[in-house]
Amino acid sequence: MPLTPEEVRRIAELARIGISDAEVKAVQAKLNDIFELIGQMQKVDTEGVEPMSHAQGAALRLREDRVTETDQRELFQSIAPQTEAGLYLVPKVIE
Amino acid sequence: MLNASLKELSASLAAKRISSVELTRAFLARIGELNGKLNAFITVDADKSLAQARAADGLIAKGAARPLTGIPVAHKDIFVARDWLTTCGSKILSNFVAPYDAHLIERFNGAGAVLLGKTNMDEFAMGSSSESSFYGPVRNPWNPECVPGGSSGGSAAAVAARMAPAATGTDTGGSIRQPAALSGISGLKPTYGLVSRYGMIAFASSLDQGGPLAKSAEDLALLLNVMADYDKRDSTSVERAKEDYTRDLDAPLSGLRVGVPREHFGEGLAPDVGKAVEAALAQLEKLGAKRVPVELPNSSLSVPAYYVIAPAEASSNLSRFDGARYGYRARDYTDLADMYRKTRAEGFGEEVRRRILIGTYVLSHGYYDAYYLKAQRIRRLIANDFTQAFKRCDVVIGPTSPTVAFRIGAKTSDPVQMYLNDIYTIPANLAGLPAASVPCGFGAGGLPVGLHLVGNYFSEAKILNVAHRYQRETDWHAREPAGLKS
Repeated sequence: MPLTPEEVRRIAELARIGISDAEVKAVQAKLNDIFELIGQMQKVDTEGVEPMSHAQGAALRLREDRVTETDQRELFQSIAPQTEAGLYLVPKVIE
Repeated sequence: MLNASLKELSASLAAKRISSVELTRAFLARIGELNGKLNAFITVDADKSLAQARAADGLIAKGAARPLTGIPVAHKDIFVARDWLTTCGSKILSNFVAPYDAHLIERFNGAGAVLLGKTNMDEFAMGSSSESSFYGPVRNPWNPECVPGGSSGGSAAAVAARMAPAATGTDTGGSIRQPAALSGISGLKPTYGLVSRYGMIAFASSLDQGGPLAKSAEDLALLLNVMADYDKRDSTSVERAKEDYTRDLDAPLSGLRVGVPREHFGEGLAPDVGKAVEAALAQLEKLGAKRVPVELPNSSLSVPAYYVIAPAEASSNLSRFDGARYGYRARDYTDLADMYRKTRAEGFGEEVRRRILIGTYVLSHGYYDAYYLKAQRIRRLIANDFTQAFKRCDVVIGPTSPTVAFRIGAKTSDPVQMYLNDIYTIPANLAGLPAASVPCGFGAGGLPVGLHLVGNYFSEAKILNVAHRYQRETDWHAREPAGLKS
C-alpha cells in the first residue's frame, strides 16, 4: 500500500519534522521502497504467535517511589539554548 | 607498542617499561598522523587524556593497578562522557557537552583506563557504513576509498589503523560486528542487558547493546570484564553473578558442535566471503569441532521486522531532541511548533529523518497491528529458530556480512541495499543473543572478511573461547593494513 504525498506530509507533521514541497516526492519514493521490503512480513502466517517486545521475558523492575536525583539545575541549564531565572525559555504558547 | 595486545601493554606498564603518559602520547601522535585521512575520531582532547594517564601512572606506582589501568581506550561518540563533546554523529548534538558520565564510561574510569577520544559513527547509529555522520564519512584503513562498515565505523577504523589499542561500540542491528568484519578486527555484541544502556544515547531500546572492538578475542574478554555490570539505572540491565570472560579462552574445542545455518550461505552471499568462511569452518573442524547443519527458516524476515521495530523505537526515543533543553536550536522560528519543525528538519540528517518517519507511520493510528505487532510476532519466530538451533549445537557460525567493504557512496542513494548489509547480524539482536565477528581471511580487493559466531544467552565466554582458539591457529587478526604499518 504505497504512501501518498499527503500521507508523507501528515507523518512529517506528527513527527514535528519540517518538510518542503520540493522534498515530498523524493521522500515518498524512498519510503515506499522501504515499505515494499517491510511488506515481506505479510507473507508469513503469525496467527497465535505471542508478540515479543523484549529479549528478556521478565517484566521490567520497579523501584521504590522516592527521590534519588540531586538538584543539578544549574549544571543542566548551562547547556540549554535559552534560560531565564532557572526556567527553559521557548516561544510563547498561551496568549 | 602500537600493535601490542592489552595483556602486553598491561605487563609493560606494570614493569615500568613504559608509562601511561608515554603510551597515551604515542596513540595521540598516531591519531594526529592518520585522522586527517581516516576521519575515525570526532573529538580528541590531549589535555584531558593525559591528565587521566598521569592519574593512572600514580595508581601503577602505588601498586594499585588493575588489568586496564593506564591503557587508552577510544569510545564511540554515542556514550556521554562528562565535559566531553558528545555528538552521536549529529548536528542536533553538535554543541552538546555532556553533564554526566555513561555507566560504561564510569566503569572504564573506575578501572583506571584513559579516555583516548570520541569516535565517529553513523548519525544516531543508524547506518552500516559510517557515511551518515554530520562530521563526514569514516574511511576504511585497508582502502580509504571504501567504507569501514557501521555504525561503529570510527571505533573499528581506529583499532584497525592502530590509532587505539581498543574501542567501544554499540550494536542495534550489527553496528559492532559488521564494521569489525569490514575493517578486519574483532568485535563482540554481548547478550542484551549485559552492558548498561545508561548514558548510551538511545536508538532502539529493546535492541541496543554496548560492546568492545579490539584486535583479538582475548582483548575483547578483558574489555568485557570491565564493561559487563549490573546497573539499576538501566531498567533492562541484567542482575547476575560477575563472570571472568577470560576463564575459558584456552579450553579445547574437541566435541564443540558448530551449527551452520544454510540460510546464511545462499543467494546474496559473495563467493569470496563464502570461501573464507568455509575455510574457517574447516579450521575449526581441525581443532576438534563438529559441523551440524541447523535451520534458521525465518532469517530472511529479520530485515523487514527490524525496519519496523527499530524505527518505531527510534521515533519515540528521538522525540526528546526538540531544541528546548539542550543541543541545536533553529535560528528563526515563528512559534513553538515551528521551532520544533525547523530544529528537527535542520538538526537531523536524511537517514535519521527517514527512520523517524517510518517509525511514526508504523505506530500511527490504524497501522499499529499490521506493522508493529506483526513485526513483534516475527521477532518471536526468529528467537524460536535459535532456541531450536541451540538444542543441536553450541555456537552458530556463518559470515558476518554478505560482502567485503564497498566503496564510499555506492549505497547511499538506495536505503534498501544499505539495510541488506545487516541480514546476517540482525537476527541476534532481535533474539537478544550474544554474537561476535572475527577476521577469517581476505576477499576481493584484499579487503577483510569476518566470521560471525552466535551463542546462546550469556555464553560470551564460550564464543570468546572458540574465537581465541581459532586466533591461536590463524594470523588473520594480526594483519595490518598495508601502507599504515605501525
